[in-house]
Amino acid sequence: MMWLQALILLMVAAGGLGVVVTRDPLNQAVAASFYGILLGLMFFLFHAPDVALSQITVGALALPLMILLALAKIRKREQETQEENRKPEADGQRE
Amino acid sequence: MSAGTRIAMFVLSCAAFTALYIAALCGLSPIGQVHGWAAQYGDAINRMSVPALHITDAVTAVNFEFRGFDTLGEEFIMAVSVLGAALLLRKHPDQGSGPPQDKAAGRKISRPGDAVRVLTVGLVGPVTLFGIYIVVHGQLTPGGGFQGGVILASAPLLIYLAGEFGSLQQVAPRWLVEVGEAVGAGGYAVIGAVSLAVGLPFLANYLPPGRVGDLFSGGIVALIDVTVGLEVAGGLLLLLLVFLEEALTRRP
Repeated sequence: MMWLQALILLMVAAGGLGVVVTRDPLNQAVAASFYGILLGLMFFLFHAPDVALSQITVGALALPLMILLALAKIRKREQETQEENRKPEADGQRE
Repeated sequence: MSAGTRIAMFVLSCAAFTALYIAALCGLSPIGQVHGWAAQYGDAINRMSVPALHITDAVTAVNFEFRGFDTLGEEFIMAVSVLGAALLLRKHPDQGSGPPQDKAAGRKISRPGDAVRVLTVGLVGPVTLFGIYIVVHGQLTPGGGFQGGVILASAPLLIYLAGEFGSLQQVAPRWLVEVGEAVGAGGYAVIGAVSLAVGLPFLANYLPPGRVGDLFSGGIVALIDVTVGLEVAGGLLLLLLVFLEEALTRRP
């Protein structure tokens, strides 16, 4: 048990570092989800199954989902502004 | 600020933090052994939750019985934040709306692969059942309304991943999700108000505790669990719907 606890602590530390060094938000959402599962495992191994369940549902499911939905919304806006910027240029060429 | 000063400040603050952190860790009691007031509190909770309340999951007993009023506040925090997101993403009068973009001609979003569809459709049933199990067994085993609610909300998400936005809207129409969330949020307060009506303090347990280990044990805690599950599932699903509606069906 002691070794498992030490191992999961090391994995959580490595996972946290992994989330920080991932720079692209899309990849980071997946990394954060994996980190959430690691944290849930850690809580479970430290005899807190209730917190582990909350951690897995929120950290591995709800949080990455919200990040992905927000990214979808932002990208849609970027697409729209790009299209708007392109239109005047095309008109200018035609003239 | 030059790079050198920044690094010097980082090293200094990092050293100070590490020293304080190690000092704090040395003061902790070993894992699994608690002393002092924390042990007294834990013992008191353990003494009361099974013999007096017939609740075998002490964490649920703390959340919905000993500090039920705080949990009511937390539940409303969730409801209000979902309300805020729905308000921010509401349809602007100048905006049009069309068929979901993943259905429109010349769509950019590709259809999910067969393996994804089989896996997600196959998971919808088990995930729903598991969510209900976690919600209704809150007073018996780890879990409860909050965790189960999130699991329940993920089942319609699987439907979206498997098919198209239209199927999600058919399975979980927005009015139904809104009603579910409102009933869940209001139900908690109503259960508490009934305590007042029968002459007890707010959220005091007025139902018989039942037999230890039974599905219907713990008195009002079992009921509160279900309302919280409904509220969390509805809230998360509503959040999902407003975001997807905004991203997929709105036209500028």
